[in-house]
Amino acid sequence: MAECGSKAGNRDGEQLALTCVDDFLNWGKENSLFYLLFATACCGIELMQTGGPRFDTDRLGMIPRPTPRQADLMILAGTITHKMASRAHLLWKQMAEPRWVVSMGSCANAGGPFSKYSYSVLNGMDKFLPVDVYIPGCPPRPEALIDGCMALRERVRRFRALGIRDRDPVVIASASPAPVCGDQGFKPQRPEGQG
Amino acid sequence: MTVEAYTVDGDLMTLNMGPHHPSTHGVLRLVLEVDGEVVVSCRPDLGYLHRSIEKIGEFLEYPQFVPYTDRVDYVCAMNSNHAYCLAVEQLLGSVAGSEVKIPERAEWLRILFAELNRISSHLVAVGAFAMDMGAFTPFLHGIGLRELVNDIFEKTCGARLTYNYITIGGVAADLHAGAEAEILAFCDTCEREMVRFNRLITANSIFKGRLAGVAAVSAADAVSYGLVGPNLRASGVDFDLRRDEPYGFYSRVQFEVPVGGAFAGARGRVGDSYDRFVLRCIEILESVRIVRQCLEQMPKSAAKADDPVGGWQVDANKQLRKPPRGEVYCRVENPRGETGYHVVSDGSRKPYRIKIRTGSFTAMSIFEKLVPGLMISDVVAVIGSFDIVVPEIDR
Ligand code: SF4
Repeated sequence: MAECGSKAGNRDGEQLALTCVDDFLNWGKENSLFYLLFATACCGIELMQTGGPRFDTDRLGMIPRPTPRQADLMILAGTITHKMASRAHLLWKQMAEPRWVVSMGSCANAGGPFSKYSYSVLNGMDKFLPVDVYIPGCPPRPEALIDGCMALRERVRRFRALGIRDRDPVVIASASPAPVCGDQGFKPQRPEGQG
Repeated sequence: MTVEAYTVDGDLMTLNMGPHHPSTHGVLRLVLEVDGEVVVSCRPDLGYLHRSIEKIGEFLEYPQFVPYTDRVDYVCAMNSNHAYCLAVEQLLGSVAGSEVKIPERAEWLRILFAELNRISSHLVAVGAFAMDMGAFTPFLHGIGLRELVNDIFEKTCGARLTYNYITIGGVAADLHAGAEAEILAFCDTCEREMVRFNRLITANSIFKGRLAGVAAVSAADAVSYGLVGPNLRASGVDFDLRRDEPYGFYSRVQFEVPVGGAFAGARGRVGDSYDRFVLRCIEILESVRIVRQCLEQMPKSAAKADDPVGGWQVDANKQLRKPPRGEVYCRVENPRGETGYHVVSDGSRKPYRIKIRTGSFTAMSIFEKLVPGLMISDVVAVIGSFDIVVPEIDR
């Protein structure tokens, strides 16, 4: 809460702390990043192990949630195929704002080992979702995932829900196109009137 | 619990289970028709993780495909490597006089690591199954123990999950210094922890009662649906490729092949979900036995200093060897049962076709028959107890 400068005072025995609303909200958000238990492929095993006893993401306030409606953070762990992309996008839409996306592993970043020859793998989920943090690796080590989450916390700290979003607007829902399968081919479909 | 003499009345509701569901172990979608709590029909929908691995094989040279076999079944990547490399070695050796010679130490290392990987795969299987049934702690025990296996793998081959360790003609690296002691220590820990694990969950009467008699598969059904591995043996069919069709050095080690036998007591039936669970717990201990024997029998130092563990098969001009025209089917016993690689060669540097036969695919195909009549919550038990891994289904 240092950004706006907080003041602690004592009035008739009550503790008071003055701070910015955004800083206060972000302090809460960054310490309770519940993540969606969403694993599609190999990286999901590393995600599981990161939640396990040795790396223990619980101590960062990161608790897996089975449903998107209770999650703040989507960790894209694994390959996203064309068939899966629209479902992943739907899951993301079901999450309450503010929501964050971490892309874990080369597959979710850019198609990974399947980017060149595979006819069914999407080369990077960032075509459809605003990704906040990319973690390279095939699969990334749990330490790398935790590092990515710390980077995300940095980003959460800068999020402005009330004030002017002067730096890096993080979630721009309308600018992220929805994937459409079928005869249109697999192209990002932007809403009318947008680039 | 099976509902006896149940007649469908009223409207059916279609319930989508997946592709995002915590208990489908990946992205499998089951379309269930339910009448109240009871499932009337179940239709699996696949392809959410179809990464066209078989097709990719046709673009790559033989050794380049090995990393992709890691990704076919990432929970037991070593075993997948082993199956593919055995197939290509057979192909290379199909002309007389060109047999692939694998150093003895490499052969031992292969089954040593295959068994360690079987342990870590089964640990995930039983842990995740218990978690699906609502018991979270056993999962943490399983994952914690798996970390120890990963440590060993990481020191030897550099990766925690996708190893690319077993190569065509040998293995990629010799054991790291001090590995024997570490592996033996792990064996002790594993045996000790499994006693605790069994006390915690396997012998737990709530868990037993929950799974006794649920989704029992008869031996005839298991065979006709092509179930393999622990799922087949849980139904009472005594078949294990490691013993009945030994590949590698499996003929030189002693181990028991457990079969299902209504372990849950009075309400249990042969081949029910509890049997499948218990079988994996027993197999972990059998694998520990094999690991110990490997360490005992392995030649202590490499026979040839320059080529201790084999390596890529090259000809006199240091070019990769091309297999002759022909095709082979080679199968090994994975933690999820028989995994077969059918490799067709047209005599060029790249395979003409690679077809992968996996245990999860057949395990999934029995859902359609098994699930109707069960409660929705038992569907989770079915998925968990068969230990399916979705990329094995979709590939
Ligand atoms: S990045 Fe590698 S480990 Fe992760 S899902 Fe893709 S292939 Fe698997």
